[in-house]
Amino acid sequence: MTSGLWELVLKGVWVTIQLLVLSALLGAAVSFVVGIARTHRLKFVRFLAGFYTEVFRGTSALVMIFWVFFVLPPAFGWQLVPLWAGTLALGLTYGAYGSEIVRGALAAVDPAQREGGIALSFTPWQRMRLILLPQAVPEMIPPFSNLLVELLKGTALVSIMGMGDLAFSGNLVRLALQESAEIYTYILLIYFVIAFALTRMMRGLEKRLKAGVGKAPKKETAAVRVPEGSGVS
Amino acid sequence: MKWDWSAVSDFMPYFWDGLLVTLQILVLGSLISFALGLVWALLMRVPTRWVTWPVGVVTEFVRNTPLLVQLFFLFYVLPEWGITASALTTGVFAIGLHYSTYTMQVYRAGIEAVPVGQWEAATALNLPMRRTWTVVILPQAVRRVVPALGNYVISMLKDTPLLMAITVLEMLGEARLFAQQNFQFTEPLTVIGVAFIVISYLASLALRALERRLVH
Repeated sequence: MTSGLWELVLKGVWVTIQLLVLSALLGAAVSFVVGIARTHRLKFVRFLAGFYTEVFRGTSALVMIFWVFFVLPPAFGWQLVPLWAGTLALGLTYGAYGSEIVRGALAAVDPAQREGGIALSFTPWQRMRLILLPQAVPEMIPPFSNLLVELLKGTALVSIMGMGDLAFSGNLVRLALQESAEIYTYILLIYFVIAFALTRMMRGLEKRLKAGVGKAPKKETAAVRVPEGSGVS
Repeated sequence: MKWDWSAVSDFMPYFWDGLLVTLQILVLGSLISFALGLVWALLMRVPTRWVTWPVGVVTEFVRNTPLLVQLFFLFYVLPEWGITASALTTGVFAIGLHYSTYTMQVYRAGIEAVPVGQWEAATALNLPMRRTWTVVILPQAVRRVVPALGNYVISMLKDTPLLMAITVLEMLGEARLFAQQNFQFTEPLTVIGVAFIVISYLASLALRALERRLVH
């Protein structure tokens, strides 16, 4: 491969990373808003949030991307830049998956914690911010880490719409060189390295967050695993 | 926003064709992923590092890289190696392989959840290894993991449109073809979007019912 082609691949890596970061941010925002809304005391709010989750989890991410690229522009009379269109489609779809993680982690917090908050007359928002979220967020990190890798894999879909991401640059190089095995092996390896880095990053984050609520796993006692919440640590 | 019902009725014949292909991919892909996943899970239990290491690395690699690029790889590289298969066959194999790396973890959890007493009883009865697996461990392990496997069938459904990228005419492929020929994007894309929601919602309801039956 010539250096010009490598430059093309590097540009693809850059677009993929931009798309990954932007849609992860949007996805995280959607997950928390929808996930918290699903614990709201009003039934109507819970229904709306559940409806959102079912709809966006129900469709395929690729169909959603097609929809945002082809149906939204004529319907509303404006068109998004491809990067933002991809971010919107991926963020909304993966945010729906994330909202289930948020809801599950909030439901898993010991009910006595919530009751304690009520007894101390915290407002619902204070309860959420000061009691529930600090304990729930560390538990969300491992499933969010998996979801982030899924999102990385999902970013490859935008190449079908002609956006110059990593997968797309792979296709261009294949057309230039007529040599598929080599370039696709490189592309797969690059994706794998990014995924590996993401997993490592999330593991570090989990450790830091767990230390913040006094749940840091002790290295010396790794041989005997004490179940969490058993009161012995 | 203009909505044209006649475009919907024009699209319907193509929609049914696409749905048929999508379901075909789903059924065959699921069967491949169930079988291959079990093979990976069993290989991971072989007591030598020479087997578990390569299997672990390969499956980890397949799980953490995009299915789309894997599809391109198989679609363009296999013919170079002298293996020719139709786009549909390649796609079904790729999706089955990709999901087998997920079902493998499901099987592993199921096998680990079989109580130790079952293993000990099999040893006490002097059952050979083969019989231990086929009549004691696997029947109990598989029963436990059916709901989890079902979840992966639903996510596989949502990945079938990717096969469009290698020229398979499943639902999204049919919709795109129709849209480009008639310059009507809104109707076909919305129809298949709704179809995906309906199918996956019905499937998750069915799965919940199955889960209830298996628990009792």
